[in-house]
Amino acid sequence: MSAMKTTMPHESPSQPLPMHTDGTAPCACATAAAKNAATIKTSLRRDLAWLGLGLAAWFLLYRQLQPFSRWLVFDLFGLAPGSHLGEALAFFFYDTPKVLMLLTLVVYGVGVVRSFFTPEKTRKILAGRRESVGNVLAALLGIVTPFCSCSAVPLFIGFVTAGVPLGVTFSFLIAAPMVNEIALVLLYGLLGWKVAALYLGFGLGVAMVAGWVIGRLDMEKHIVDWVREMRASGDVAPDERLTWHDRLVRGLEAVRDIVAKVWPYMVAGIAVGAGIHGYVPENAMAAIMGKAAWWSVPAAVALGVPMYANAAGIVPVIHALIEKGAALGTVLAFMMSVIALSLPETVILRKVLMPRLIAVFIAVVACGILMVGYLFNMII
Amino acid sequence: MKIQICGPGCANCDKAAKVVEEAAAVLGVEVEIDKVTDFADMARLGVLSTPAVVVDGEVKCVGKVPGRAEVESWLGGGR
Repeated sequence: MSAMKTTMPHESPSQPLPMHTDGTAPCACATAAAKNAATIKTSLRRDLAWLGLGLAAWFLLYRQLQPFSRWLVFDLFGLAPGSHLGEALAFFFYDTPKVLMLLTLVVYGVGVVRSFFTPEKTRKILAGRRESVGNVLAALLGIVTPFCSCSAVPLFIGFVTAGVPLGVTFSFLIAAPMVNEIALVLLYGLLGWKVAALYLGFGLGVAMVAGWVIGRLDMEKHIVDWVREMRASGDVAPDERLTWHDRLVRGLEAVRDIVAKVWPYMVAGIAVGAGIHGYVPENAMAAIMGKAAWWSVPAAVALGVPMYANAAGIVPVIHALIEKGAALGTVLAFMMSVIALSLPETVILRKVLMPRLIAVFIAVVACGILMVGYLFNMII
Repeated sequence: MKIQICGPGCANCDKAAKVVEEAAAVLGVEVEIDKVTDFADMARLGVLSTPAVVVDGEVKCVGKVPGRAEVESWLGGGR
């Protein structure tokens, strides 16, 4: 396998072009190119027109959601405002389309933005950075660089072998799954923009500081040998040349992939939340997860670390817990530890990291989340 | 043609392999598909995110499942 690449004859991907002796070929090419440019321009105009129409329709529809849900439940179903069932249903029929629409819009936007950021570009930006600046950049790039947890290991190898400092690599690996558009949209839609902004800020803070601390600890020797010995392979996949049309299509693809994957979790989560909203008495959770219970933050983190769930499944549950008196810091610490750290991820990271480094990674991130939890409970 | 699909075995990697197989069948191109699941091998190919498709040693696409038309253009590129 490793020998395959070096012994491969260098094949030209295409046959030589037929030679033209009469000199007509260049002209034909030139007109074809001009024609091509013209079609790209008109197709861009068409794309933008569609985009504008879509956005206008989105806003019109979005503003009708609240009146529609109340009309549906209280007029059409004939339920009394203030009744348990009526409030639960109104909540469900308002929140579900609202969050789905927000999700669609944001996933589309992020899909387009992500077409500008590939892991290869991020690596190029981060390689050879100084620690502190690198940690900040890595955490920020973690938001916009496409990332799936299956790629954590190849990405780790690629970063480290290209000279990205270990701590900076960790800042990226912590931020990428934890601070993502789905978590932020759901927090915004269900708990308001302040909570979403705090989550964004503290999530980035944990990623930056935890990565910086790991960098200070001089852990390079705890990366498995074969990764340390490997040098960055020079032939990284070439950057694709994307037109604006391609990027807009990427956004649509992101909507199709992501929204299709997360909507069942969301609807289920909101249904549970709606039930709690209508039926569970206020402050039912205050005793176990309230501010007064000092041990609830560490308990939430200890519970959340081995668990894994995506943001779509966890946010509606958190929403319901908060409504019934759980402290915000406690539940956000729970959410962060569920999304950022997980048993499956540590198992896969074991292929490139020695147990000691994995333990340090988990401990540092868990401590960071713990502090965020207490801080939240203090300031809110 | 020799095609390598890089990925630890998640759903998207299987999808990528399927797209390549279908495209090869439609075009009637003979391909040898090799699934690269070892991270060291992926790193040697220069692959940072999965799924990735490598055609005759050249990385064609990383981090997403390629579209059918895209794959056909790689496979039919020699004609």
